[in-house]
Amino acid sequence: MANLTPELERERVKICKIAKDAGLDCFETIFELITYDQINQFAAYGGFPVRYPHWKFGMEYEHLSKSYEYGLSKIYEMVINTDPCYAYLMEGNMLMDQKLVMAHVYGHCDFFKNNVWFGKTNRKMMDQMANHATRIRRYVDRYGQDNVENFIDVCLSLENLIDRYSPYMEKSSKNEASTEDLDRQASQAEPGLLRVNRPYMRDYINPPAFIKEQKEKMSAAAALKDQKFPAESEKDILNFLIHHAPLEDWQQDVLSIIRDEAYYFSPQGMTKTMNEGWASYWHSKLMTEKIMNDSEIVDFADHHSGTMAMAPNGYNPYKVGIELMRDIEDRWNKGRFGRDWENCDDVRERQNWDLKLGKGRDKIFEVRKVYNDVTFIDEFLTEDFCIRNRLFVYKFNKRTGKFEVDTRDFKAIKAKLLFHMTNFGQPIIRIEDANFENRGELLLSHLHEGIDMQPDFMTETLKNLQKVWNRPVNLITSMDSEGHLYRFDGKEFTEHKLSQPNLPSGNEGSNSKP
Amino acid sequence: MSIKEDHSRFRDIVKGKVKENFRKYVSQGEMIGKRENDFVKIPLPSIDIPNFRYGPKQQGGIGQGDAQQGDNVGEPGDGQGQAGNNPGEHLLEVELSMDELAEILGEKLELPRIQPKGNKNIETVKTKYTGMAPVGPEGLRHFRSSYKKALKRYVTTGSYDPDNPVIIPIRRDFQYRSFKKITKPQTRAVVIYMMDVSGSMGDEQKEIVRLESFWINSWLKRHYKGLETRFIIHDAAAKEVDEDTFFRTSESGGTLISSAYKLCQQIIEADYPVNEWNIYPFHFSDGDNWSGEDTRLCTRMLSEFFLPHTNMFCYGQVESKYGSGQFLKDLQKEFPNDERIVLSQIENRDKILDSIKDFLGKGR
Repeated sequence: MANLTPELERERVKICKIAKDAGLDCFETIFELITYDQINQFAAYGGFPVRYPHWKFGMEYEHLSKSYEYGLSKIYEMVINTDPCYAYLMEGNMLMDQKLVMAHVYGHCDFFKNNVWFGKTNRKMMDQMANHATRIRRYVDRYGQDNVENFIDVCLSLENLIDRYSPYMEKSSKNEASTEDLDRQASQAEPGLLRVNRPYMRDYINPPAFIKEQKEKMSAAAALKDQKFPAESEKDILNFLIHHAPLEDWQQDVLSIIRDEAYYFSPQGMTKTMNEGWASYWHSKLMTEKIMNDSEIVDFADHHSGTMAMAPNGYNPYKVGIELMRDIEDRWNKGRFGRDWENCDDVRERQNWDLKLGKGRDKIFEVRKVYNDVTFIDEFLTEDFCIRNRLFVYKFNKRTGKFEVDTRDFKAIKAKLLFHMTNFGQPIIRIEDANFENRGELLLSHLHEGIDMQPDFMTETLKNLQKVWNRPVNLITSMDSEGHLYRFDGKEFTEHKLSQPNLPSGNEGSNSKP
Repeated sequence: MSIKEDHSRFRDIVKGKVKENFRKYVSQGEMIGKRENDFVKIPLPSIDIPNFRYGPKQQGGIGQGDAQQGDNVGEPGDGQGQAGNNPGEHLLEVELSMDELAEILGEKLELPRIQPKGNKNIETVKTKYTGMAPVGPEGLRHFRSSYKKALKRYVTTGSYDPDNPVIIPIRRDFQYRSFKKITKPQTRAVVIYMMDVSGSMGDEQKEIVRLESFWINSWLKRHYKGLETRFIIHDAAAKEVDEDTFFRTSESGGTLISSAYKLCQQIIEADYPVNEWNIYPFHFSDGDNWSGEDTRLCTRMLSEFFLPHTNMFCYGQVESKYGSGQFLKDLQKEFPNDERIVLSQIENRDKILDSIKDFLGKGR
């Protein structure tokens, strides 16, 4: 399978050994040497050789090839989270680059295998993707290209409406919750009544009239809960649609394919910063300490710094990732953590703080195992780090019409970073009610966190959702600090301002008021 | 290779061959970026699949550097901002020469090459020094060949003395540079842009004119060396301005289109003999003329002067909230099926490419 040149194969064996000795634990990694056109093609397909037919891959391919042809960007490495791990090297890159890429790839590979957030991904995705492609091609043959493609367009428009954490919950909570409820009800003698410690007081604390009233209330609430569907608001909207939308069999299958693939790619988004940071940490360490010849150092420095460069207007996960990894290693080597360190505010003492613990290496291995980007930033981004790396927050200034530096305040930087990483910086949308107004309409709510959705996209997406649900769809969100209900019934798009967020359902989510 | 299928499917959608309803999602990308440095953003069509997402303007992000509070950081655009599943989205910004750009444009719009106007009998005569002659004015005497000739004469006659290498030329040793007359067919071209700057032409309309004329210029420049451009703005009166003013002025007031045509005619008559020049007048307006009387005057000028004497007369009408758009209809009525006048309606930015194609697609 591997078609490396003898020279590259020699390097691969060497680097593989070095990586293993350094403690990296990888799946078997298969490198393939391919041309730039092939690499663009694979990249357009998200790394996989076979995907279902869709124009979006063609678009991606055009973008990649054009930017390669104009000399703007070049893909050095690509690595797929499967077992065995596949990685591609581009023909014609200089040997130093190939070595760098291999070292980097072993970093990713170790991350894929060991990070818990990748634990639930299908390691045979190569086959799975090919199966998806076959199924969709079959539908194309049967139902026509336009039909199938149009439906895929709709599905892709809803692609991000999944619950990224659901794969990590051991069981769907539904059955369990209900048994738990039963247990609780059984253990509690009479629900809804006040607690009685002294038996002789019972009739005074819970008079018969009160008992009756409470019982009525309870049954009314239970009835309401039974009526409400889904019983609890649902974040995995795709899953809900697969089971409850009036779809034909093939459409159901297409939607589930899109959902499967979305879940497969999800951990890569959840750990982008860590994953790139980890791989960059290792390529830099292994290259400079073990792999490189003296003559290669200048090219290495050039290419490494090119990858790590961070523009004033762009977040570079490679850069933030590698710096944080190094920072953690340094801090745990020197014992710069824990209560004593946190409480110390003597600048000089902090500067010279070194307990010589040497725990850095162990710590970063632990970090790569259990964290994802959100928890990683939340725990390890420190004020010192932000100052040292000269980070800032920028925002759009309406008056000048430009993006401008806003603040260097640590809390603001951290909040902004976390915001971007939570749910990939995409709005959190949930299904509140699938029988809204008792008319079988769908009601969604947007958990508004201070940023409005882009109106034109929102409108179009709602229209696509309606195509799947077939009944009118509604969305509660906030625009310009006011609650709005948007509704599309298949023909007409309407919009109501909400005076009070007193809309149906236990909507702790739909914070229409800022 | 199934990527080829997906790619051609995408191209078909972009070209509007299939899935007409998708055209609204097609964004052509920015056409001109920073023009001063010849930095140009390549038009790269992409189709956005709509999904629930945040508006970019409110979002902001994280940057790195020494910038002060309030400093401009530029458009965030390299796709690094949002972590995502995609391999990376790029906004293309490339350093390209205008020539390459025009090539891309031509390819994109499938524009034909322009055949310079067929005035083969009009020729420029250029002189070029090519050889030597035994006679000529002293000013053109060529020292080195004269010396060589004299030296040869010395050597052949045996009078050359290496110890005393004195050479004295005589009359027939002298060599003079001589020239030849070369005749070249004439391909000089001038583009005269006229723009309506009356109150109804807003900033957006002018931006459209600016973009369009920029690309027209780039294309014509490929075919004519030393293309000349002249700029006229008009409301009720016309005046000639430089390029910068042309795009930045905002005037207001009524509109007399004939004023611009008169000035244009004067310029042509004064500076550009019609049998030697390829002349391309472009007129952009929102089509709101002052009176029918003036429109009649305009059409008369067109049929009497412009149409017989220019390569083609181009009229682009920009849609505006206030303009009636009557002028275009008048011209259509007056000159149906006339090859020499090209009319184009530019409804919005997205139609600029179509309009350029209207104008230049004929290859005249």
